[in-house]
Amino acid sequence: MSRLIVRNGRLLDPSQDLDLEAGLAELLIDDGRIATLATGGESIPTDGAEVVDAEGAWIAPGLIDVHTHLRQPGQEYKEDLASGGTAAVAGGFTQVACMANTDPVNDDPSVTKYILDRAEKESPAKVRVIAAATRGLRGEVMTEMMALREAGAVAFSDDGAVIMDSGVMRRVLEYSKMADAPVVVHAEDCALRGGGVVNEGPVATRLGLPGNPAAAEEIMVARDVRLASLTGAHLHVAHVSTAGAVHMIRKAREAGIRVTAEVTPHHLTLTDEATMGFDTNTRVAPPLRSRADVDALRAALADGVIDVIATDHAPHASHEKEVEFTEAPPGMIGLETAVAVCLELVRDGMLSPLELVRRLSTEGARILGLEGGSLRVGAPGDVALIDPERKWTYDPSQGFSKSRNSPWSGETFTGRVKATIVDGRLVYDFARGVLIR
Amino acid sequence: MIGRDILGIEDLSREDIETILETAERMQEIGNREVKKVPTLRGRTHINLFFEPSTRTQTSFEIAGKRLAADVVNFSVSSSSVTKKETLLDTAKTLDAMDPDVVVVRHKVAGVPHRLAEVLEAPVINAGDGAHEHPSQALLDMLTVREQKGGIEGLTVTIIGDIAHSRVARSNIYGFRKLGAEVRVAGPPTMLPAEIEQLGVKAYTNLREAIEGADVVMALRIQMERLEGACFPSVREYAATFGLDRARLHYAKEDAIVMHPGPVNRGVELAHELADHRPSVILDQVRNGVALRMALLYLVAGRGGR
Repeated sequence: MSRLIVRNGRLLDPSQDLDLEAGLAELLIDDGRIATLATGGESIPTDGAEVVDAEGAWIAPGLIDVHTHLRQPGQEYKEDLASGGTAAVAGGFTQVACMANTDPVNDDPSVTKYILDRAEKESPAKVRVIAAATRGLRGEVMTEMMALREAGAVAFSDDGAVIMDSGVMRRVLEYSKMADAPVVVHAEDCALRGGGVVNEGPVATRLGLPGNPAAAEEIMVARDVRLASLTGAHLHVAHVSTAGAVHMIRKAREAGIRVTAEVTPHHLTLTDEATMGFDTNTRVAPPLRSRADVDALRAALADGVIDVIATDHAPHASHEKEVEFTEAPPGMIGLETAVAVCLELVRDGMLSPLELVRRLSTEGARILGLEGGSLRVGAPGDVALIDPERKWTYDPSQGFSKSRNSPWSGETFTGRVKATIVDGRLVYDFARGVLIR
Repeated sequence: MIGRDILGIEDLSREDIETILETAERMQEIGNREVKKVPTLRGRTHINLFFEPSTRTQTSFEIAGKRLAADVVNFSVSSSSVTKKETLLDTAKTLDAMDPDVVVVRHKVAGVPHRLAEVLEAPVINAGDGAHEHPSQALLDMLTVREQKGGIEGLTVTIIGDIAHSRVARSNIYGFRKLGAEVRVAGPPTMLPAEIEQLGVKAYTNLREAIEGADVVMALRIQMERLEGACFPSVREYAATFGLDRARLHYAKEDAIVMHPGPVNRGVELAHELADHRPSVILDQVRNGVALRMALLYLVAGRGGR
């Protein structure tokens, strides 16, 4: 039985609305679970336990990313469960959910089981699986959701392979209720998007690159919200990027429709101006939007209309990004930079530290129905230590992901993950690197 | 101060543009000589790297290089990186290893010359990238207008056509605005890009209003393949609403000139009789193109050792 004590940090547990200054709280993890949470300044007897000193850092429940691409099986040259899981813990994430666009597609229980088995052996972070909503991501025939759920899937999504047929989407949502798991949508009208690769607006006009209008996202959010209302299913809108989509989600929630939503660190902090140098690492789907959209997303995250921050970690090999802007596959990696990037919201006064942790951890557990996101006694011993003041310079080539497609290469950040604990084991320490792979 | 590369008019100052135009004016005389060659770039290597076929622009750059005695090499690549399984950077580095003194790049995707300029040792001249910029075309247009009108300050320039997909339009908008002209654009709403007025132009969907009182009327080539994208319903309807002929030109100033970057779709954006005779200055544009490109090559590749 391994015992581990965490002490000396500011403890932030959104699940109990706890924000305790350094020195007040100590945590004992015993046999993989939180055994004691002392909150009154009392010291837990060391009694042979390993002690992690959180001085200068926040003690938070392990972060949970509800949207990643780990690329295994089939695209291991971009990422695999070991490298993706290692990048996750280096970014403070103890649980990550991976999308189904692997090769073969995760539309069959055998693929789900393969991913979970390999991850169990090779990933220091716990991997959760989002299975395809339709076979082959073709948007035609729904997957065997009951069998996939039985195999371990926690949600269903065709992600970027948008289900354009509203009849199919309706049946997917209806059927998902029986499997009791959310349907995650990448909301984009593909016909309206056309060849658009950057946000339609003045930047696209200056660059001469094909624009993708905000309406392409908003039309699909409107459709899917109506279908969620029709079916009563749990709709989760991935990577919201426009003010108009925020408005529709807000209205839907006020009307009592079961809609949750996520936003990425990049959509919260970068605008389409980031593409002015034609850096293909700024090509993402949905595209980086205008300042007004960024402001609306931040406000929605602050007031809870957007529940959760998700990275949409999307690794691509350098040779795939070193091409014409329109030919580059969309996406950027994000697991190792999410905390550093999002701390900007705390410094800007948009979120308190407790609310930031809620959006990076507790809410993800709630949306996907996972254990975790909490430091309550009995919860999994998953902890992230976040040093909000630590200055560091990001170099993707020194990171743990196999890929380097980040627009933040060379960026000096204030704040980073100091250590990560999974099931009571210290798996990552900034000073010492990854300890357990 | 003109930078190492010439990637777009947006990056140039008014003084830069004037320097280029004055240099080009000095180059014009060389084209009138019996022996049309000076030794300025002797021993220097000028590569035309064209990822998109363009007989006119490539020939113009080639003649410009040869009149300056550079060794001109044409390197054409017809397919994209993805179909070739070669990254853009590989192509660029391969060429760079042959130590050229200037690389002239044309590509159908916006931004490619910029990305190449980041990795190449040699300076890059953008010969047109997607719908982004075509600086040498805009500069030769400005050179032609200066020649015809004696100056650009205070003129009204109207650009008609598919503004959304036109690099010529963007570069000319930046250039003529920087030299003090009023710029108007006109076309069907499906061919006007989002928030074009933020570039400091007025946008029109009515041809008569757009050319009312204009000193310069520039018609853009309509790409017939845009019909597939359904930006306009038919060639007939486009010609009827935006085609320029002598009758419509009466709305412009009496001494207005007509320009076109070529090649002209006769009877579509320009009536046959307008394409060939004054006030059309299309062949002056072509002639000035060589002198202008000589100026660019001289300014970029003619500097002391690399």
